[in-house]
Amino acid sequence: MIPALGLLVGLAAGIFLHPVVPLAVQPYLPIAVIAALDAVFGGVRAVLDGIFNDKVFVVSFLSNVVVAAFIVFLGDQLGVGSQLSTGVVVVLGIRIFSNVASIRRHLFSA
Amino acid sequence: MSQFTDPPPSANSPPTTSARKRLMLMARPRATKANALAALLATLLGFAVATQVRQNQSLGLESLRQSELVNILDNATLLSSRLDQNVRELQVTRDQLVSGSTSGAAAVKAAQERLDALGILAGTARAHGPGVRMTITDSSGKVTAPVLLDAIQELRDAGAEAIQVNNVRIVANSYFSQGASGVEIDGKSVLEPYTIAAIGDPTTMSSAMEIPGGLSENVRQLGATIKIAQEKELTVGALRPLSSPRYARPVPPSTPTTP
Repeated sequence: MIPALGLLVGLAAGIFLHPVVPLAVQPYLPIAVIAALDAVFGGVRAVLDGIFNDKVFVVSFLSNVVVAAFIVFLGDQLGVGSQLSTGVVVVLGIRIFSNVASIRRHLFSA
Repeated sequence: MSQFTDPPPSANSPPTTSARKRLMLMARPRATKANALAALLATLLGFAVATQVRQNQSLGLESLRQSELVNILDNATLLSSRLDQNVRELQVTRDQLVSGSTSGAAAVKAAQERLDALGILAGTARAHGPGVRMTITDSSGKVTAPVLLDAIQELRDAGAEAIQVNNVRIVANSYFSQGASGVEIDGKSVLEPYTIAAIGDPTTMSSAMEIPGGLSENVRQLGATIKIAQEKELTVGALRPLSSPRYARPVPPSTPTTP
């Protein structure tokens, strides 16, 4: 409940504060967002599976974000940044899909 | 995607209620350190999502990668060369239109000049300019049609371009005849005194009239008087209706002329 409220507060802050993304972070922010979403859905799924652990959630959230951003950074350095970002987005998208499917089975038995 | 080919729900139907219970349990506000951390992360996530969405909506070129920039540059170059070609074609069209309109204007001007010249020759247009005005007073009626015809001929020899006798315009097919009441030109009766207005070089025409054995002398021998006045500005205002030829037809310019 409190994290959900936090999400709403963050959304409102982002909408009303008009933050400017620093140039150095611009390529990594979208990938980091996708990775964080993956961690959030993974957390919800863990709750439904009964294996949720606060510490695991926090660590997986942060490591997801950092690893995703690092992969894109590495790709940019190697000259395959756009392809690697696409790959990361595909992998995270598949994970989000499978997590959402598991949540759906738990909640609706379908 | 394996999650779309799920096992049948009966395989895990018991956990539904317990899963919901667990979700409810988890959703309850708990004042643990981890929960606060999770809330912080969720806040960050929401902030990042909103920021990224806003950023993406106002996306400038500076956030693009090199290959995307190269693509955009290629597209812009292609578009610009296409527009350049358009510009060249339109310029050619415009030049053609401009030159066409000027040659059209030149054609109209030339046609107007021909119309003016032919109008003066055919007597359908008024003419003005320098010339001479002769007045022949002949109370005894000795000045006949041949004398007037001589006068017209002398004037033409001297370069008269437009001639009028009293109020009759003299043109190429004018004819002089001696009628019952006196001289007739083109069937119209012309009464004494005869006033002849001719446009041309005044000096040449008046000296042609005055030469020994010329018109002046002839008229005076007949007992009439003649007055010749050079004028700087003279108007030949009599008009002649245009009559289209009944038999003669123009020959097309391309056909060879036969004698």
